[in-house]
Amino acid sequence: MEEMHVLLRNKGKINPEDAGSYISAGGYEGLKKALKMTTEEIIDVVRESKLRGRGGAGFPTYKKIQFALNDAEPKYVVCNADEGEPGTNKDRILLSSDPCSIFEGMAIIGKAIGAHIGYIYMRAEYSYLVPILESALKTSREHGCLGENIMGSGFDFDIKLRSGAGAYVCGEETALFESIEGKRGEPRYRPPFPGVKGLFGKPTILNNVETLANIGPIFMNGADWFRSIGTEGSSGTKLFTVCGNVKRRGVFEFPMGINLKDLIYEVCGGLEEGRTLLAVQTGGASGAVINKDQIDVMLDIDHVSDSGGRLGCGTILVIDDSNCIVDIVRNNLDFFRDESCGKCTPCREGGTRLYELIDKLCQEKGNVKDLETIEDLAETMRLTALCGLGHSTAVPVLSSIQNFYEDYIKHIDKEGCPVCSQMGGKQA
Amino acid sequence: MIHITIDGERTSVPEGTTILEAAKLMNVHIPTLCHHEDQAIKAVCRICVVEVEGQIQLPTACNTPVSEGMVIKTASPKVIKARKNIMELILSRHTQDCLICSKNGTCELQSVASDLNMSRRNRYELEARNVEVDESSPSIVRDMTKCILCGRCVEVCTDVQGITVMDKENRGYHTLVVPPYGKSLVDTACVNCGQCVQVCPVGAISIHDNTDEVYSELEAGRKVVIQMAPSVRITLAESLGYDPGTVTTGKIVHALRKIGFYKVFDSDFSADLTIMEEGNELLQRLNGGETLPMITSCCPAWVKYCETYAPDHVSHLSTAKSPQQMFGSVIKTYFAEKEQLDPSEICSVSVMPCTAKKFECKRSEMNDSGYQDVDIVLTVQELAKMIRTAGIDFENISDSEFDQPFGLGSGAAQIFGATGGVMEAALRTVYEVVTNKTLDNLDFEDVRGFGGIREASVDLDGTVVKVAIAHGLKNAKIVLEQIKAGNCDYHFIEIMACPGGCIGGGGNAPKTWKKLEKRKEAIYREDKNLPIRKSHDNPYIKQIYEEFLGEPLGERSHKLLHTHYIDRSDLLR
Repeated sequence: MEEMHVLLRNKGKINPEDAGSYISAGGYEGLKKALKMTTEEIIDVVRESKLRGRGGAGFPTYKKIQFALNDAEPKYVVCNADEGEPGTNKDRILLSSDPCSIFEGMAIIGKAIGAHIGYIYMRAEYSYLVPILESALKTSREHGCLGENIMGSGFDFDIKLRSGAGAYVCGEETALFESIEGKRGEPRYRPPFPGVKGLFGKPTILNNVETLANIGPIFMNGADWFRSIGTEGSSGTKLFTVCGNVKRRGVFEFPMGINLKDLIYEVCGGLEEGRTLLAVQTGGASGAVINKDQIDVMLDIDHVSDSGGRLGCGTILVIDDSNCIVDIVRNNLDFFRDESCGKCTPCREGGTRLYELIDKLCQEKGNVKDLETIEDLAETMRLTALCGLGHSTAVPVLSSIQNFYEDYIKHIDKEGCPVCSQMGGKQA
Repeated sequence: MIHITIDGERTSVPEGTTILEAAKLMNVHIPTLCHHEDQAIKAVCRICVVEVEGQIQLPTACNTPVSEGMVIKTASPKVIKARKNIMELILSRHTQDCLICSKNGTCELQSVASDLNMSRRNRYELEARNVEVDESSPSIVRDMTKCILCGRCVEVCTDVQGITVMDKENRGYHTLVVPPYGKSLVDTACVNCGQCVQVCPVGAISIHDNTDEVYSELEAGRKVVIQMAPSVRITLAESLGYDPGTVTTGKIVHALRKIGFYKVFDSDFSADLTIMEEGNELLQRLNGGETLPMITSCCPAWVKYCETYAPDHVSHLSTAKSPQQMFGSVIKTYFAEKEQLDPSEICSVSVMPCTAKKFECKRSEMNDSGYQDVDIVLTVQELAKMIRTAGIDFENISDSEFDQPFGLGSGAAQIFGATGGVMEAALRTVYEVVTNKTLDNLDFEDVRGFGGIREASVDLDGTVVKVAIAHGLKNAKIVLEQIKAGNCDYHFIEIMACPGGCIGGGGNAPKTWKKLEKRKEAIYREDKNLPIRKSHDNPYIKQIYEEFLGEPLGERSHKLLHTHYIDRSDLLR
């Protein structure tokens, strides 16, 4: 299957550190058009493109822009480059191979809402990319594409880089703001929403790297072109990070709506010889765990959602039969309990309690009551946690119990789990 | 107006009303833990979740504003299940020693758990936070095994006092509220104000209890005398279940006698003494071109703050001791002499609205009588417990009078307990001393109230004295910064660390601004009703100067009633 490169169009073809190289490849043409447009015209283009956020929630991008249309000043455009979802690398590819495309998207949104400052918040582990981005920013300014009076339009917009300190929760937008403000990375309650009170208490639009990288091409080629790619509900292409037990792992760009089965078997070469598929987790550690009978699904925001999963950031973890699903979930929970910020009770205490209970199952010391407690607690976390981290901790737990109930029961009855047994279960 | 339905009943409320507030209007009490009416909304404990039609998740009532057509269920089975599950998680981390906890009976967690009927066995292993109890501070005890991480203490220490002695450390399951760098509280810049005790919903931060020491002294047969601060008569009854602002002076005196105190004295007397010394010091500074502005030094939390954050400016502090400490020196000298007692036989106790007084009495320089001037400081809360322990029927107990010669105080002394009170008391005396005229109106309305920083000018026969009052250390800091910058033109400043002054002190029953209003009304009502309302008119003050002290700022006064300050900036390292 042939990939379709919209976002990755410049990967390996231009010098990412040089805005001139980006411009030669048609870069900043979208911004040039947008600079001549009114706020309403810009929003119309984004609305007609049907672009939806690529960070996980799939929120219509034009609506986010509209939320920040108020009189308060200053306003900020923030790029969420805190790519922390386990197994996800797509933003890194964009940051390292085509950073100017991200700047272009930020500048266009800045123009729409009247923001003059943008922030790129990068996870600490991406600090090594800072020199590339700094150089790309510098050359963009030199070419008049950022800074004061961009392209002679009279519009000023510049971008600052900020680095995280290693907390997953800082990918949550309000925790990200707190972190930029120099505070402990903890999410805020809502409302107020960021469009009204975001970074430094000012109207802020925050978008994922990939969402922003789509905006330049939309303005360059038009909303109709963008809408012609992908599906009815999810236009454009999507970057998929495929990891786990497939022959060919990596980041692939396809139109929205590619079949998951095809992605695994056609694009990624299927599983290693002698192995069969056990499960797939879509959307990263916070995504649903589905079984092998559920993989004939179109990968776009609505279809995955309708099937009970989450497209999320487009991460596909392929799990073969050498693994145990309960152990996989335990691993997920180990991550979440460690990354909980500790602000709200359900996530702070519940995350660890869930881990302890699942671990008890893995050690084959659990009983049916424990399984009931796990479901009950996970449901409470999903319903009551303060932010997405607490809500999504429950997702792999509840989805795996639903889709792999027998596997859970195996850990409780006499049969035991061959995988967990090798790792210290009662049969070892 | 926004139209909503709560538990099947329709109502309309103003825009911006939260679900919590709306439910209250409908006579439904939604349980809360992190919420505090005087603090920012936190929405972290999640115990106040409710069900809103059309929403998958359960929003928290404390922070969610109502919206048009909202249909809310505040106690559906789904909601109750979620609340119980959250409470179960909290309890699984909370030391289960309620019966021997200082908050037993007044604990908000206990109350919510009881309301939620948490009768089933906890499904998780009890795993309280593994932190040793920090009893290093003479004022405050921290037991983080009981902390529920509501964040109230951090907010009050940061946003009200501007100190941030404690904040969150680690994350997730290992989150703790601690002083920085693993320090014990005593080694930090903590000023012992006890505002964190005031807001802690559980027994995680409590008053350092000294009641057993008092019983030991009583048992040992020492002459245990006690002085009672101006605000204690205003706030004590509240700790015994009375309404805020219920004044019970005579009952408290009677109860103290029943408990076994040898003499019961009124710190209003030594507050008058303070005015004599501090007022004259102000006049001396005004006339002698010495350091101005002069700042009050009655508040030990403020004094420690100044010593820590502005050691180069302690010369602004009045050298006059606080009323508690003046009383301490006088009891072990003048009183001992009068009663023909060996000072070593006397145990001097005070009951205060204040946790920082426990620190103040232990200051090494506070021994001008030749002994530690004040031996034990009890807070209002501790005394209330002693009254209960003694089985005293407070409702029906008759009034008693203070013992003389320290049983009479003026109205000026009485208002020491409210922010602005020391200033007003000083102005009443300074005006009459300077002008030789009688004040027509004793009520200096400009210096009263709860404004964070208030200012006023008083014309002393041609000399205009500019004064200011600040309460809450964040406000004090603003004034202090002006002094540091050299652009402060006040002559005299009153600073109290606690919001509201001593009636808002950390040793009282937990306060809110609403309760403080009641306490404030009560204290000014007391002043109005007292026959003597000016410190220099107190006959016993005249007597002690005649018989013992000589004159204000005289040699003996200087030795016994004045003090010096030290540089504590090391604490900030």
